[in-house]
Amino acid sequence: MVDKVQEQVEALRRLAHTPLQDCIQCGRCSAGCPVAFKMDLLPHRVVWELAQGNLETLLKATAPWQCVSCFACQNRCPRGVSPAAVMEALRLTAIRQQGANKYDAAQLEHFDPELPQQALVAVFRKFNK
Amino acid sequence: MLYNYYPGCTLSTKAKALDQAARACAAKLGFPLVELPEWQCCGAVYPLAPDAIAERLGAARALISARDKGGVLVTLCSACHHVLKRVNDDLARDEEIRNKVNAYLEVKEPYQGETKVLHFLEVLRDQVGFAKLAQLVTHPLTGRKIGAYYGCMLLRPSKVLAFDDPENPQLLENFLQALGATPVRYGMRNECCTGYMAVTNPGLCKQMVGEILRSARDEEAQALITACPLCRYNLVANAAPEQKVPVYYFTELLAQALGLQTEAAPVQAGGEG
Repeated sequence: MVDKVQEQVEALRRLAHTPLQDCIQCGRCSAGCPVAFKMDLLPHRVVWELAQGNLETLLKATAPWQCVSCFACQNRCPRGVSPAAVMEALRLTAIRQQGANKYDAAQLEHFDPELPQQALVAVFRKFNK
Repeated sequence: MLYNYYPGCTLSTKAKALDQAARACAAKLGFPLVELPEWQCCGAVYPLAPDAIAERLGAARALISARDKGGVLVTLCSACHHVLKRVNDDLARDEEIRNKVNAYLEVKEPYQGETKVLHFLEVLRDQVGFAKLAQLVTHPLTGRKIGAYYGCMLLRPSKVLAFDDPENPQLLENFLQALGATPVRYGMRNECCTGYMAVTNPGLCKQMVGEILRSARDEEAQALITACPLCRYNLVANAAPEQKVPVYYFTELLAQALGLQTEAAPVQAGGEG
C-alpha cells in the first residue's frame, strides 16, 4: 500500500517536471495568483505537498480546477519552480482515468455562438481526455 | 525573407477582423504573409506535461513546415504564439520530446527547434521599427486614449516567450504611440482575463474582467486593444453593461492608421468617448 502511494507520488512528480525541492515557500506565487482567493490549496502549498508526498491532500484539492494557467506563478518564482505545472499534473492525473472528464460536453449546446474556438479547444484539453 | 503565416483556428472564423487587417497591413508594410499550407490547430493551450507528445504534434508540424520554407513563422493569436514558441523551445531543449516527435512524424531531417517563431508585433517592432511605422501612418489616431491589454499568453513565461518585460511591458504602448494615439497605462494590463474559464466558470470570468475594466477606466482609457480573440471576447461579452468599452484587435487600429479598408468591420467601432 505504501509502495502504491509512493508510486503515485513519483508519477505526479514526473508529470509536474519542476524542481520542487528548490522551493523556499516564500509564497510569491500565491500572492500574485489571480484566482488564489478561490483555491482550497494555494500554489505554494501545492508545491509543498507534492515535495512532501502528501498524496491524499493533493488528490482531494479543487485548486487545480480553479487554476487558469496564466503562468504568473511560474514567471515570478525566484527559484524556477512552476506551481502551474503541478496544477497541470494534478488535472491530468484526474482526467486520465476512464470516465473522469470534468466538463460535460452536452452543456455546449447552450454556448454563446460568438465564443472563439480557442476557448472550446482549451476546455477540452484542460478538463477532458 | 519569406514570412510564413500561421493563422490558427480562431482567426479563420470568429476573429477574421484580426486576420484580414493583419494581412493587408503586412503587405503594405513590406512583409507579406504567406499562409502555411495545411496547418493544423495548435491545441490552444500549451501541454505542460512532458509525456504529452500527441498534444504537441499540431504545433510541431507547423514548425517543421516553416523550417522547410525559409525558417520564419509569424503568428497573431496570443494563444498560438504561446503554444508555438513553447513547443519550439521543447524541441530545441528536451531530447526526449524531440526524439519522440521526430520519430512519430518520421521527419527526414530531424527537427531541433530551428524555426524562428515571431509574433506579428515583434515583426513590427524589430523589423519594420516603430519610428518607420510612425512615418508610414497616414491617418493618425490623434487624441484617442487607448489602453493596451496584454493578458497572459503574450508575456509569460518570459524566459521562453522573450516577447517583452512581463511585469512592465512597453511594446503595445510604443505601437499605439507610433499610430499617433495616446497610450494609457493601467495596472491590470498584464493580468489574466481567465481565458477558457469563460466556459467553465463564467462568474469568475466576469469578476476578473470587471477588475481589468475598472483599472483601465480609472486611467481614462476610452478603448482597449488586444492581440487575443479570447481576451477580446471576454472583455466584451463578460463586461458589466456600465463598464463596457470598445475593444479592438491591434491590427484593426493599424489598418485604420495606414488608411487601409478591410472586409471585416470592427465590432463596436466608433463608440469611444
